Amino acid sequence: MSSGLPPFQRFVDAQRDAVWRFLVSSVGPSEAEDCFQETFIAALRAYPRLRADSNLRAWVLTIAHRKSLDAHRARARRALPVEDPAAVDDRRAALPSAPDAELWSAVEALPARQRSAVVLRYVADLPHRDIAAAIGCSEDAARRSLHEGLTKLRKVVSV
Amino acid sequence: MTGRTTQDALEAALRGTAQNADGSAAATAAAAAARRLSARIAAEGLADVTYAPVDSPFGALLLAATGRGLVRVAFPEEDVDLVLEQLARRISPRIVESPAPLEPVRRELEEYFSGARQTFALPLDWALIGPFARRVLRATAAIPYGGVLSYGEVAAEAGSPRGSRAAGNALGSNPIPIVIPCHRVLRAGGAVGGYAGGPERKRWLLELEGALGR
Repeated sequence: MSSGLPPFQRFVDAQRDAVWRFLVSSVGPSEAEDCFQETFIAALRAYPRLRADSNLRAWVLTIAHRKSLDAHRARARRALPVEDPAAVDDRRAALPSAPDAELWSAVEALPARQRSAVVLRYVADLPHRDIAAAIGCSEDAARRSLHEGLTKLRKVVSV
Repeated sequence: MTGRTTQDALEAALRGTAQNADGSAAATAAAAAARRLSARIAAEGLADVTYAPVDSPFGALLLAATGRGLVRVAFPEEDVDLVLEQLARRISPRIVESPAPLEPVRRELEEYFSGARQTFALPLDWALIGPFARRVLRATAAIPYGGVLSYGEVAAEAGSPRGSRAAGNALGSNPIPIVIPCHRVLRAGGAVGGYAGGPERKRWLLELEGALGR
């Protein structure tokens, strides 16, 4: 007899766009599907123990953030010295539009915490406090990561 | 000044990517991924409750099942969100929409509505039914196709001969109507009486079963 949590399906309906956008931006569309499934399966397992007043978006993006780190680590383990150009093209093809492809490749190349901070801020539209919760750091550290990420992007991207 | 402008342009680009015309393509992809997710959760038995709408002569019925069996049949007028919230509260919030686990129920209901089936061979989950209502609804479930009992008779069968009003309440809140045939319980004089799905539907079901006008 638990809580006032919404039925899991309603939770998925409400959070799927944010999770999908976060994952496409942080691991690329070809791996977003697996990460999406893993994220919500993990969420489902933990779901009944969650407090009803939890910030569900920050919570599920925390899980998505961890899954994106797993995906990046797995990619690094199997990476060839030169990344397969076809794979890069494939990832870029599904990215929004040509001028943005450069920007999102640069976002993908950021260090994990900066990447997540940028994506959580601008793609998932989370406030600093929730970004901090999602990546497991203080609010100040989240601000710094975001700032550092933006600084790096400004150097490499001609926006 | 320049730095500020650059940052604003960058932020706009980052935001724009998330919000522009491709937002609808992303939303479509996310919806498809969510459908595959629900199917996988149901197939791997990770959900505590699955639900799906099915067509019927009454309109779309909402069916919900647990690992034990069918737990809820909701009429089209019932608010889906309220039904799901009740299931979340009373059983488990691990609820996903998936038609596959409910396919046997859909098939038996279709056979029943076409007159080809007289008894349901479906496992039921009585989790939403309290102890007194359980006795009443068990007595109700024993009424054969084409048969009827009065509220008083069902109350007596349930061991509460004076409890016809309480039996009426239990029948009125039957969470698994049609399959637990509360439509087979009538007023003492033979009047059709009330029905959660409306008296018209009760009459329709009784006519289907050939229980009226005998």
